[in-house]
Amino acid sequence: MTHIGLFPYLLVAALLLVLGVAGIFLNRKNLIVILMSIELILLAANLNLVAFAAQRGDLVGQVFVMFTLTVAAAEAAIGLAIVVITYRARGTIAVEDVNLLKG
Amino acid sequence: MNAAVALAEIVLALSGLGILMVGVLLRQADFRFASLLTIAAFIVAALLVAVEPHGTGLFGAFVTDGFSTFMKLLVLAGAVLAVLMSLDTARETQVQRYEFPVMMLFATIGMMLMISAADLMTLYLGVELQSLSLYVLAAFARDEPRATEAGLKYFVLGSLASGLLLYGISLVWGFGGSMDFAVLAHTLSAPAVASKGLLIGLVFVISGLVFKVSAVPFHMWTPDVYEGAPTPVTAFMSTAPKVAGIALLLRVMMTPFGHLAAEWQQVIVLVSVLSMALGAFAAISQHNIKRLMAYSSIGHVGYALIGLAAGSAVGLRGVLIYMLTYVFMNAGTFGCILAMRRRGHLVEEISDLAGLARNDPLLAFAFAIFMFSMAGIPPFAGFWGKYFIFAAAVQSGMWTLAVLGVLLSVVGAFYYIRIIKVMYFDEAKEAFDLRPASLSLVVGIGAVFTTFFFVVPAPFVAAATLAVKALAF
Repeated sequence: MTHIGLFPYLLVAALLLVLGVAGIFLNRKNLIVILMSIELILLAANLNLVAFAAQRGDLVGQVFVMFTLTVAAAEAAIGLAIVVITYRARGTIAVEDVNLLKG
Repeated sequence: MNAAVALAEIVLALSGLGILMVGVLLRQADFRFASLLTIAAFIVAALLVAVEPHGTGLFGAFVTDGFSTFMKLLVLAGAVLAVLMSLDTARETQVQRYEFPVMMLFATIGMMLMISAADLMTLYLGVELQSLSLYVLAAFARDEPRATEAGLKYFVLGSLASGLLLYGISLVWGFGGSMDFAVLAHTLSAPAVASKGLLIGLVFVISGLVFKVSAVPFHMWTPDVYEGAPTPVTAFMSTAPKVAGIALLLRVMMTPFGHLAAEWQQVIVLVSVLSMALGAFAAISQHNIKRLMAYSSIGHVGYALIGLAAGSAVGLRGVLIYMLTYVFMNAGTFGCILAMRRRGHLVEEISDLAGLARNDPLLAFAFAIFMFSMAGIPPFAGFWGKYFIFAAAVQSGMWTLAVLGVLLSVVGAFYYIRIIKVMYFDEAKEAFDLRPASLSLVVGIGAVFTTFFFVVPAPFVAAATLAVKALAF
């Protein structure tokens, strides 16, 4: 860290965040891609936390990352379960077919 | 460590696990049994909350004060009403499974954590526990395509919001130097310390929290999820989580970021005006009553946020009173919506209410009370909620906001009163099925509270004033 500094880490994390958000909104094909994008957003935040923790010598950030990873696992499990019931109910997991509710 | 402050949450979590164990071990344990156990657990938790010692505990991650007591009791009241509503309507809505009330219980623990959060980590974990449980609840009727789609949409957009919230937390922690609300407040008391990075983090945190209370511009999930989710779940989602979300927003804005009020006040004003406007105008063209209630709840959140924008103790007190009245009138309204059943099937169109005044005068009367109250017509509770909010805005010199609020509530009154017109003056349709006693109870509680709030407002106002004192005043 002393050689590279904090900024590049924050930049990569910001790029990951943008990629994740773009992945959710631009993707028209597959729900699994959305799950991956969500994971990317959480990892962006994790990278931030770890970089700050290393820079400041404060372990709180690393502890938080442990919690976040656990939450991300639970979130992925629920997300996949919802995708499975969607497939059972509709027979497709294409994003463009998610169109029953409109207003 | 002082774990005694979190006794209610600990007891609730253990009873959740206990109820699940009972379900595995006892063959004859069914849905109704689990619901009754859950209600009992909620009541025990409410008693514990009422007598809980005030202070910080769990290494500074958890705080109880007058504010948390008030909000937690409100959340528990909303949760009890929601479980009661699902008791006799679960079969029609395909949520009659043993785990259903237990998921509500875990969501409620998440909400109580949110209300008592004293650092960013507790905040995030509370929000996630609540959200994850709600995703499951929204998709609970798994053979119903509309419910799975609602669950899917809620999950994707909710996870996005949680991700933004977490990203914001990482920036706030990195640039603000601490997770602890009290330490953050102390650091930020010199405004020069607030760096660009911290302000960006703050905006992300606000976006995440605004999503959780479904205010514009993060409202898009609300109508779809409210319409698609099983109605008992919608009833639950529109009361207790709203209260917890607003409570968290108030605490985060007033405690750690209280000194940055100049930075976030404009954002909250904008969110509030947009929510009120969307709630008023988009609801006009709806014909599905659950969708209409979604827009109505967006509007109500907008009104409540006026109090936060005012930023004064009076404004916050207004928010608390508003949420109090909102929980009871909203629970009552959903009690009425769940009673809309023909031959064992729920009907959801507003036109299905035609002639309710002739077929079931009591239900129509209660429904009319709730609609008048939501429109803000005196002497019902909804009027007093709006009164305290607008009075606070005027006191803080935010005339424009108050006038806009009043005008938009007039627009909103149109679609509430249209429902009354359909019930009382349209040509009668076939009568609804006999309503079960549990629904009558919920509607009765809501109607009595909404009607007679103005007779004894003093204890509620006093409790709200006391609660607000805990937030930096």
